[in-house]
Amino acid sequence: MSVADTPMVKAEAVSKSFGSNQVLKSITLEVQRGEVMCLVGPSGSGKSTFLRCINHLETVSAGRLAVDGVLVGYRQQGDKLYEMHPREAAKQRRDIGMVFQRFNLFPHMTALENVMLAPTLLKKGGKADLKRRAMELLTRVGLADRHDYYPAHLSGGQQQRVAIARALAMEPKLMLFDEPTSALDPELVGEVLEVMQGLAESGMTMIVVTHEMGFARQVADQLVFMDGGVVVEAGDPTEVLSNPQRERTKAFLSKVL
Amino acid sequence: MSDTRDGGAKSQASHPLTAAEPEAIEAIRLRHPWRTVFATVIVIIAALFIYDAAVNRPVYSWDVVGQYLFDVRVVSAIGYTLQLTVYSMIIAILLGVALAVMRLSPNPVVRAVAWVYLWVFRGTPVYVQLVFWGLVPVIYKTIDMGIPFTEAMVSFTTKDFLNYFVLAIIGLALNEAAYMAEIVRAGLLSVDKGQDEAAVALGLGWWHTMTRVILPQAMRVIIPPTGNEVISMLKTTSLVTAVPFTLELYTRTRDIAAVTYKPVPMLIVASIWYLVITSILMVGQYYLEKHFAKGAGDRPDVQKPTVETDTVLVVGKGDASGARYPTYPNAGGGETIVPPHDRPGGGGA
Repeated sequence: MSVADTPMVKAEAVSKSFGSNQVLKSITLEVQRGEVMCLVGPSGSGKSTFLRCINHLETVSAGRLAVDGVLVGYRQQGDKLYEMHPREAAKQRRDIGMVFQRFNLFPHMTALENVMLAPTLLKKGGKADLKRRAMELLTRVGLADRHDYYPAHLSGGQQQRVAIARALAMEPKLMLFDEPTSALDPELVGEVLEVMQGLAESGMTMIVVTHEMGFARQVADQLVFMDGGVVVEAGDPTEVLSNPQRERTKAFLSKVL
Repeated sequence: MSDTRDGGAKSQASHPLTAAEPEAIEAIRLRHPWRTVFATVIVIIAALFIYDAAVNRPVYSWDVVGQYLFDVRVVSAIGYTLQLTVYSMIIAILLGVALAVMRLSPNPVVRAVAWVYLWVFRGTPVYVQLVFWGLVPVIYKTIDMGIPFTEAMVSFTTKDFLNYFVLAIIGLALNEAAYMAEIVRAGLLSVDKGQDEAAVALGLGWWHTMTRVILPQAMRVIIPPTGNEVISMLKTTSLVTAVPFTLELYTRTRDIAAVTYKPVPMLIVASIWYLVITSILMVGQYYLEKHFAKGAGDRPDVQKPTVETDTVLVVGKGDASGARYPTYPNAGGGETIVPPHDRPGGGGA
């Protein structure tokens, strides 16, 4: 099904309204396999909403949004769209990992249990095998020695790294990051970005909503600047950051750079 | 190190980190004479009351209390009281969870059904409800199953399988479920919405999200008031005489008293046993709360590092350039990543 040249994420005129408030206005963009896209913009610009649409935490109100060539949240038969059953939607989400601004680790489980929960419940293998894989993931984010810690006893940076390991446990083909470092103390930001960079280098397709322009410049293949629910400017990160074409982009970058 | 010691008090003050423990304060304790007086008065009053009850009040008949405390009828009544409590609480909790989930349902009809249930069962006295349940076998003599308005295919005589014990349990449970529903709902609402989102984003379905993520966390909020409800239920079982079921503790001791003409000692017997069971339940609740407090105990500030974060090598940290923030080696010249608010001009916006 998934041909190598199908884009991982393809959005065509994606719009989203909450009541009369239109937060996404005809977003069109593509993310290729293995590509890292950074979404930047002022708060309220719709970047988080767009991210949440990709794994169907929000439903798209207009336009077409496809992950790996398959529509998100809908099934197309002929020219009719059918709403997906929650079970099918859940199945679709398993291929998409998500990391949240506020980590959202399960506080009643240890780091290892957090990572193992979804693969265990969804029967991705034997218990011993899953445990070994979870430990590998924790090692990958540098937290193997903290595997039996509860989230409350981990620092913010460590919690976010566990959250990344937890998302990776389902072996996703796409990772979404919703401001992964915004809730962290400045000195803890680096360790999370480090893990994310490693992930990008391993060829993971990633969409990152962030305010870390340094990370965007060095890791992203594509930078998208959003404001007021529209894509204002998109392109090569170095190009956009050092030579913005639009006034709105210039005004925003002058404040954050 | 030796510098500090040689330097004496003055240099210690300027190096707070290496300073020796300061001398403990020795002050004259503040006296609270009225506390002592008050406590003494209370102890004296209590002692007088106990002495009076033990010696001057023959109506308490302590010998009769001792005689009936382990009477076989009383002990079997405890068994019935415990069964009524346990069975009706189990049904009430299960039904309460179902009602709580129904009240949070997106389906308006389901929500309305749960609301009406709560309205009826919370809005009428449990005693009245128990009398009603006692009348059920009279009102509904048979229960017929089949297609409505045609001859019944199966027909049960209600009295055959709904004895007063079962009716008492149903009456207590259905009343209690209304209260449990609100307790469970409060628990479910207390769990952060991000937990639900994280579980859903992992591809977990509703059932797994509920049973593995939301409910275990809601339990911390649900258990203390539920413990309260269990204790309350233990005492409410004394009302099932309204059904009428007469073998539980209070009714049984009252019936014995009706024969012996000594009501007071039998009330004391019942009270002692209610207190004993309540005490045992309180111990159980303590351990249950401890179990569900997993991962939530002495909680340090979540955002702050509590342990060394040296497991990831942060590139550029040990750089001679003294950069405060990590750099990425693949970028030309190792550019420093600086959080926005630390940059010139970035603070205000």
